[in-house]
Amino acid sequence: MATVDAEAVLNEKKSFGAKVSDMRKKSKELKMPWFPIAVLVILVVCALFAPFVAPHDPKDLDVLKGVAKLGPFESAENILGVDRLGRDMLSRLVYGARISAFISLVSLAFGAIVGTAIGIASGYFGGKTDAFIMRCCDAVMGFPTILLALIIVAIQGGAGIQNVIIAIMATVWARFARQIRGEVLTLKERDFVVMAVVAGVRPHVIMYRHIFPNVVNTVLIIVSLLVGQTILLEASLSFLGVGVPPGTSAWGIMVSEGRDNLVDLWWLSLLPGLCITIVVICMNLFGDWLRDTLDPKLRRT
Amino acid sequence: MQRFLFIRIVQSFFTLLVLSVVVFFGAEQTGDLALVLSTADTTQEELEELREKLGLNKPAYQRYLAWAGKAVRGDLGDSGTKRRPVWDMLLERVPATLQLAGAGLLVAMAMGIPLGIIAALYRNSYIDRLCKMFAIVGMSAPQFWVAIMLIMLFAAQWQLLPAFGKGGLDHYILPAFSISLFIMAGFMRLTRSSMLEVLDSEFVKFARIKGLNERVVIYKHALKNAIIPVLTFGGVSFAGLLNGSIVVEVVFAWPGIGLLMLGGIRERDVNVILATVLTSGLLYIVLSTIVDLLYAYVDPRIRYG
Repeated sequence: MATVDAEAVLNEKKSFGAKVSDMRKKSKELKMPWFPIAVLVILVVCALFAPFVAPHDPKDLDVLKGVAKLGPFESAENILGVDRLGRDMLSRLVYGARISAFISLVSLAFGAIVGTAIGIASGYFGGKTDAFIMRCCDAVMGFPTILLALIIVAIQGGAGIQNVIIAIMATVWARFARQIRGEVLTLKERDFVVMAVVAGVRPHVIMYRHIFPNVVNTVLIIVSLLVGQTILLEASLSFLGVGVPPGTSAWGIMVSEGRDNLVDLWWLSLLPGLCITIVVICMNLFGDWLRDTLDPKLRRT
Repeated sequence: MQRFLFIRIVQSFFTLLVLSVVVFFGAEQTGDLALVLSTADTTQEELEELREKLGLNKPAYQRYLAWAGKAVRGDLGDSGTKRRPVWDMLLERVPATLQLAGAGLLVAMAMGIPLGIIAALYRNSYIDRLCKMFAIVGMSAPQFWVAIMLIMLFAAQWQLLPAFGKGGLDHYILPAFSISLFIMAGFMRLTRSSMLEVLDSEFVKFARIKGLNERVVIYKHALKNAIIPVLTFGGVSFAGLLNGSIVVEVVFAWPGIGLLMLGGIRERDVNVILATVLTSGLLYIVLSTIVDLLYAYVDPRIRYG
């Protein structure tokens, strides 16, 4: 109760303007990367509310417009032009953001869960299992990611959202496992863990309740650093025709569709690729900032 | 050193074994070659006959053992859909991929290292910032898109360079540049930071105090020492090059191993998938082992027990 009262007193004293200027000062100290954050907010809004943001249905065909080769800024109804079949480019891009965000976040979330669990267990128990798991991590991390993802897709029998997610998961888990395991090695020597062991707490409770909360920060940083790479990997797989099913409005597929008409329909490939590049740049800048702010020790990752 | 090599060879043997087992049984489960080869009016009996002929009616482990037994003797079987020995196809494709990767590495070093030196010499200037921006874009732009944009400008719009296929030297320019972009950014950043570190060291200051020509100080004293970590990065970047080669080969219809693998995956051609995956894996293992040995040669402090 006491803390709540104190806050209430503070709030009363400061006017709204003072609070805003406080926040400004604080954000200046943190050097918030405003441009990347703005782009990411736009991405998330597009992903969550695609049906409301997009001016048209991305599947609506309009052959007449397609034949007319309506380019960007040529009509008010289709600001970014239409594709060969007359589908609205802007709407397709918005839905593409949804697919990109969905796949990269889901696969990263699963990869983070699996990798963190393996990393904690590996570091906590140590011994031969640990050595074996770390060799596996080395193999996975060193191997070219697209090649690895292709192998996983080949095993599963081709394109499909589920297969892409599993393929991406298979490439990212090792990065979590490796980093987390290193932190667990120092954590398990700390007094609170040793005391828990002495008190007879069972290993899985120690790992979940005492160790896991101490590595959450690191997990979040690795996630933010990997989002850019994951979006690139998803786009590459979709482009190669082994990712999201063909015909979907995924950015990688849209770039691929535009390949046949590079001269007169130049915007078909240009725009989705530009979207990928901008989002990945912003994600990388944001991840770097988050790492530097939250945990400067992690600089080498 | 010999022990290190021995362990490496045993390790890579197991890696390839695991890879082959996983890919074989995975690819087996998902594709029936007889169905792929059949047409709409193939009868059930003909289908069975085809399976008999291709040996598909035996249990999977027997087929794997048969395949592995032949593979160690250098016979990788026939391509299911192309009706050709896979080995011949590999012999055509592997050199093309290596040439492309080599050209990419060359371009990346030829452009990345000088740009990194310039960025370090004119630190915090506009040129440094421009280089930094270029590096960020190079690391973030998808290679397939950069490749398509290059085709759009140089092949479709201005018709200066060929858009696809393998041929004379001009066929190399666009693919090599697109494949190099990602690691070029790495070379640039690394050269810059390494140069800055060396330029700040005592022996460079001493060389300047001696009154040596600035050019001699930079190229003879500083660069020679700054270049070592950059060269080792060249070895690590092979993974990035192989990664890029798959995508870039598809865009430029470059007859390399990546294109072959992707065709195999699309047509569910198990023998081709197996051969290309194992070759890529072997390529990667061999190259990284060579690089490890080179490290020990360049830097005598490294010992492999």
